[in-house]
Order: sequence, then C-alpha cells, then structure tokens
Amino acid sequence: MANLHTTFAGIHSPNPFWLASAPPTDKAYNVIRAFEAGWGGVVWKTLGEAGPPVVNVNGPRYGALLTPDRRLLGFNNIELITDRDLELNLREITQVKRDWPDRAMVVSLMVPCEEAAWKAILPRVEDTGADGIELNFGCPHGMSERGMGAAVGQVPEYIEMVTAWCKQYSRLPVIVKLTPNITDIRKPAQAARRGGADAVSLINTINSIMGVDPYSLTMTPATGGKGSHGGYCGPAVKPIALNMVAEIARDPETRGLPISGIGGIGNWRDALDFIALGSGTVQVCTAAMVYGFKIVQEMNDGLSNYMDQMGFKSVGEIVGRALPSVTDWRYLDLNHISKAVINQGSCIQCGRCHIACEDTSHQAIIATRDGKRHFEVMEDECVGCNLCAVVCPVPQCITLRDLQPGETDLRTGKVVSGAHADWTTHPNNPSRASA
Amino acid sequence: MSPAPITSPVVDVRPGRLSADEYARRFSDANPPLTPAQAVLEAERCLYCFDAPCASACPTHIDVPSFIRRIADGNLRGSARAILEANPLGGMCARVCPTEVLCEQVCVRNTQEGKPVQIGRLQRHAVDAVMFDPAAKALFTRAEPTARRVAVVGAGPAGLACAHTLARLGHAVTMFDARPKAGGLNEYGLAAYKTPEGFAQRELAWLLAIGGIEVRNNWKLETASQLTELRRQYDAVFLGLGLAGTHPLKIAGEDLIGVQDAVDFIATLRQTADLSALPIGRRVVVIGGGMTAVDAAVQAKLLGAHVVHMAYRRGPDAMSASRDEQEWALTHGVVLHHWLAPVEILGHEGHVRAVRFADQALVNGQLQATGRELTFEADMVFKAIGQQLLSTVLAEAGMRLSSGRIATDEAGQTSLDGVWAGGDCRAGGLDLTVEAVEHGKRSAHAIHARLQPAVATKV
Repeated sequence: MANLHTTFAGIHSPNPFWLASAPPTDKAYNVIRAFEAGWGGVVWKTLGEAGPPVVNVNGPRYGALLTPDRRLLGFNNIELITDRDLELNLREITQVKRDWPDRAMVVSLMVPCEEAAWKAILPRVEDTGADGIELNFGCPHGMSERGMGAAVGQVPEYIEMVTAWCKQYSRLPVIVKLTPNITDIRKPAQAARRGGADAVSLINTINSIMGVDPYSLTMTPATGGKGSHGGYCGPAVKPIALNMVAEIARDPETRGLPISGIGGIGNWRDALDFIALGSGTVQVCTAAMVYGFKIVQEMNDGLSNYMDQMGFKSVGEIVGRALPSVTDWRYLDLNHISKAVINQGSCIQCGRCHIACEDTSHQAIIATRDGKRHFEVMEDECVGCNLCAVVCPVPQCITLRDLQPGETDLRTGKVVSGAHADWTTHPNNPSRASA
Repeated sequence: MSPAPITSPVVDVRPGRLSADEYARRFSDANPPLTPAQAVLEAERCLYCFDAPCASACPTHIDVPSFIRRIADGNLRGSARAILEANPLGGMCARVCPTEVLCEQVCVRNTQEGKPVQIGRLQRHAVDAVMFDPAAKALFTRAEPTARRVAVVGAGPAGLACAHTLARLGHAVTMFDARPKAGGLNEYGLAAYKTPEGFAQRELAWLLAIGGIEVRNNWKLETASQLTELRRQYDAVFLGLGLAGTHPLKIAGEDLIGVQDAVDFIATLRQTADLSALPIGRRVVVIGGGMTAVDAAVQAKLLGAHVVHMAYRRGPDAMSASRDEQEWALTHGVVLHHWLAPVEILGHEGHVRAVRFADQALVNGQLQATGRELTFEADMVFKAIGQQLLSTVLAEAGMRLSSGRIATDEAGQTSLDGVWAGGDCRAGGLDLTVEAVEHGKRSAHAIHARLQPAVATKV
C-alpha cells in the first residue's frame, strides 16, 4: 500500500482526497462521518460574516444531467453558503479539528469585499485550530448578486486585494478558490499570487441551466415556477477544469503555485489526471453526493495500487508529471503522421466508425469488401483525426498507428522524415519565424 | 367442445387437473413485457449501427435502430410509428417472431457481449404503449377514399396486413374469413401463452380502426365460381388463405377417439375461456417436429398432462421447430424423441391407448427403420406433421401452383390477372408470421399501383 500522505501549502493530510466546500461539509455531523470513511481533509462549507445567516430556497436546490438510464453526467446547485449561525460553525470546527488532528481542516470564507469584514472573521477562524482558509471567490449563484463569490473572482484586482488582507490578518495558509466563469483563468490566478496566496483551488462551479420541462415549458429545476442559474459540476466539467489547472501550472507567472484540483473527480483516475497536470490535492463533492462518503475508499485504493504499480513513493512525485506534454498548438509537430487501424479480430461490425467518418469527416473508412460488411481504414484518406476510435464501442479495437521515419504517408505521398516541424516555421504561416 | 371425461382402467382423459390459480399461472405471458426502466436500459444497449444488420434481417425491414433510439429518447409514439409503418402487425410479431434467427441473431452485441439487444421485447414495449393507450391519437389516418374495392380472402397476418395497408391508401376492403373470428393463426393457431390477454383481437381492433375495412366471417372459399365472382365484383383480390388442410399419418388407428390434429387442439384451447373445462389426457403423444407440435406438446403439459412425448422421425437439425423452440419444449417438461416414426395407433374400446413407433436411422441419406420398436401409452394423440393448402378450388380456377402452393411473382401477383396471394399459401416462403405480413404489405402496394397507375406507391 503506497503512502498517500500529502503536504499541500504546509497543510498535512493522510491522503490527497479532500471534500470540497459544499453541502457535504456543512456541519460536524457530516464531516465526522467523512473522516470516519477515510477522507484526508475537508474544506468546511463557506462561512459568512457574523449576524443573521443567509437563507436558502425551500424548493429544489439540485438538478442533474442524466443519461437515459439515469447515470449522472452533470450536476448543478443553487445552494448558498452556510445558512447556520457563525458561532455554531466555529464551535464545531474547533471540536472536529481537535478530535481529528491528522486530517486537513480548511475553512472556506466569504464576507463582503471590505477590509473590516475580513479583519473581523480571520482571527475567529484561526482560533478554531483550522489548518488553512479557502477564499470563496467562485460561487456563481446568489452570493455573486450581492457582490461576493464569483463577483470578486471575476475581478483580478479584488482578488489581489482581499488575498493581501487575509495574509495580513491571518497566519494561516490562504487558498484562493477560482471561478471558471471567466475568459482567461490565468489572470485571477496571477492576481492571487500577487496578493500572496499560498495556493489556488479550482474550479468552482460553472453558470448553468439544466433544462426545460417540456410540458410546462418552465426551466428546471424551478421553485414556484421560476428558476435561477446554478453552479454546474460533476463528471461533465472535468475536462474544463483540467485545462484551467494546466494553464495555471504552466504559466510563467503562476508556475509552482500549489493547486488543489476540483471538478468532476469520481475515481482515482480522475484524481490522477488532476495530479499529473499539477494539482497537489484534489477536492471532491459530486461523487460523494451521489454515492456517499465511502467512495473515498475506492479512490484511495485505486491511487495506491497505481502508485505501487508505477513505483511512485509519494503523491508529490506525480504532481505535474504530465505538464511537459502540454503545449501550445503552434508547437505541435506537423510532420508527425498517424493513421487509424481497425483490429478486425475485435471489430463487431457496428459500422459507427464508417458513418461518422463518411458523414462528418474524411470518407476514409470503407463499409464493404467483396460485397460483404467490412470496415477498414483507407490510409490514403485518413488524417488520423481519432473520431473513429472515439465512437467505436469496443475498447482498443481502433487505435492510431504512428508512421515511422521512412514510411510514406499514402494520403500525401510524402515520406515521413522524423524531423520536427511546427506552425512557427511553416511556410503557410505569414508570421513564421525565419528559419 | 368439452366432451365428458373418459376414464377407465386403461384411458384417462379429464378436465380440471389443476387448481384455478395454476391454470392462470401456467398460461400467463411466456415472455413478460419489459418495465419502462428495463426498456430504457435495454434500449441504451443499441449501438445505432450503420446500415443495421437487424433491420436487413427483418422480413418487413423495420428500422430497428430508429425505433430503439426513440424508446431511449422517451418518444414511444414515434417508436411505435417506426415499427407499425413497416409492419402493421408489429405487436404480434414482437411476440411470436423467432427473433433468435432474425434480427437478434445478427445484432452486433452478440459478438461483443454474447447477447443481443432484446429487439423483440423492445418492439412490444413501444407498440403496446401506443396500442393500449385509449387516449392515444391515431398513428395513421386513411387517405381520401378512392372508390376502388378490394377483396381480401383470409383474415390472418397476410390478409390483415394487406387490408390495413390498402385501407390506409383509401381503398375499400372487404375481408372474408372462414372462421367466426378474424385473426387467422394469431387467433386460432398460436400457443396461448405467446399472445395472452386477447392480444390478437386487440390488435385486430387497432388494425380495423383505420376504417374502410369490412369483415365477413364464416365465409369459405369452396368453389371456383366464388373466386370468379370476387374477381368480377372487386377491382382486385388478395388471397391470404393459410394452410387449412393437414397431412394424415396414413397409419392404422388414426380414426380412434382421442386422436386429433394438433391445430384443432390448439384452436379449441385458444377459444376456451375456462381452461379447467378442457379435458386432457394423462399421457399425451405429439407426432411431428414443427412449431405446431411444440405448441401442442407444451400446452398439453401445461394443462396438466403427466407425461407428454413429442416424437419426430428425423434428427434435431431437421426439425422445423427452432433450437429455441425445442429448448422451450424441454424446459417445460416435454419428452422430446428424435428418430421415431409412428407405425400404428393402438386402441381400447374405440379409444386410443398407445402409439407404436419404429426407430429410424439415416442410411446413405435415406431414412430407414432400424427394426427396433417402441410403444408409448397415450390417452390423447396430436398429429402435427404439417399443413397443406387446400388447392383444388384454385386449380379449378386455373391458378398456377408450385409445390402445392400458389405461384406468384415477388409482389405476390398470381397467374390470374387481378389476383394476388401471400402468407403461408404462397409458394417459396418461410411460413413465418412476419413474412406473411410482408407479403400482405407488398401485395397491397402492388395492388395500389395497379389501381392507381398515376399515383406513386409510397407509404
């Protein structure tokens, strides 16, 4: 069993799986159950300033994008920050951290964008014994209408300012949680670093409407006939999150800044994606809300087996390992040639590859040979686009073969040289670099 | 129809062998409908293949991927339309088609997962949803009346498909049928558990609801002049006669009490509301190797017969009952014998008491008796060695026959002008319900084209 212990921005946890600030971390009852199940840490559901707490709707807070057989692809919510009294939350955080000293206890915060408000709450959190704070600059619904959450996260200057206040008034590590509802994720991350952030976490949820009821023609979910956009998460958002994580991890201004990856993590492989692209820990919410806290045991077990198989001694060894493979399009090798290959032994002859290629791509897969149903790639038409492999229902039936130097690309008639050449030097590029 | 029990130390034929609950249980749906949740899960298994093999394998060319996709999409009405457009008897075919040798045999999921998408059950799910919904608006509407009249003889699957298609196209159809109820084999010939809850009549009602079809029951084609008269009175004639004759065994004892054609036993069973009133022997012997033999044997067992022997003179591969049908018989307690040919039916005071069989073997490709013999005691014997077309009338009318059935072109046109034929009475077929439907449909389009040469035939 590999050692999954993780140190992230100075915060220790027995494994990299934390519960994200969300309904599952709303109160001691849930968090204790989570720690009993094996979660490495939690980010306590966002606290607001002292005084009357926010109120939630009493209609549906959640909606989902489901497959026809009701597997969950995406999830959305309109729940606000904690609707419990600040003092009660602080007492519970103190007690739980005392009882579970080895687990990471991070407290999520969202107060008005005023120095006094932050100055007031930060010492109270520090007094709980929590390991760190996470600034909720991401919540896209409700709170953003009041000038908090994503409304702050969308203005890099605010991020920098508030982060600086937190560093000034607290000794705790500061994790800035970023909203994806922005054009370039690097800007808020850079602002966080300028403000002195110890880490960033991302992504928060994405503005979303789940759908429309076909018979009442009202948006869903709706409360009393009206709905409001919610925050989207779950498996469907993972690719968006991975790109944003990688963008920050490889940006010169933010490179090295610890990242806690969030977005659609449901198993160890999802977690590995985030870790390999630069995340030191990962945060989970949807998977726990679908399956319960026990799911962390499968994540831990899977990651541990993978590390043993690969010979990794610590999670830290994997962090960012895939980053060198991420680059800008302009640096991709235009001399590299791939061709799809259909394994006739495992082909079940559904013909999806053919019709996808025929209707929407390069007409490179035949459907009959000698009058019989038969699917085969015509290398003289194939551009190696991977569509056929994607739509094939049989794993590994269609693969891409890399042409080796000396082989001829039947589509162009050119011999593969093996030398790298990309857009930066391509003759069709009007602004190419001179050779 | 319900003779008194015959019991003696030798013969035991009696009704009421089971409790009322047991009859209901045994004759309930052989293949129960999918629940909505099961249907969606199953529909999700469909890969929506290009040029789908299942659709090509269907004699009526139902667009299987489309109808299954529509189930997954929650569009059952559209699904039913896709099915019934190609096959107006899609509900019955979903129940009785040997899908294991048609659409489901070529499903690519066989290769990948070792089991096909359950196309037949999905088809039933979609059709039932629309057919059994009293609030559903009609899927199809009838075209403007054309003032053309077509006679359809035989209200079985072929005739019904033909009549419905013609009626949709605006023609006026008169259906003639020899039986008191329309439906043909659907009503009289299939095992009860394949089409329970009066489905044959429910489907018939749905088919007739298109309008423009008049049904005349108890009308039998018995003379050549009747056919001449139909040709004179109607613009076209479609014959969906089925195979009303049976083959005799031509052995001693065939006329003993307790010996009957399996088709008659099945028809009686199908028309018996209270199965506990239907007498069945304690020991039953069924002679034959087709679906009718299986249906008779299994239903005899279900009625409470203690022992049911089904004997066929050749090996399992030569049986016209599919492997699945044979399996069905075996798992329902029928004792299946191959290589046994009946020699004599033995009687006791005028009633059957046993059947003597001669063991057979193939010698140089010829079936020969080995000399060994075997006798099964029997209180009832069902003959199911095949049916035949009663063709004398047709021959008299000058119709060309082929191997004892009606010779036609691809569209079902017979040698008599203005007369088409389809279903089991047509030569060169597979004797399947779904094929009969296709025959009826194709002939309807051919008739339509003939009646309205200027109008393109397209439905």
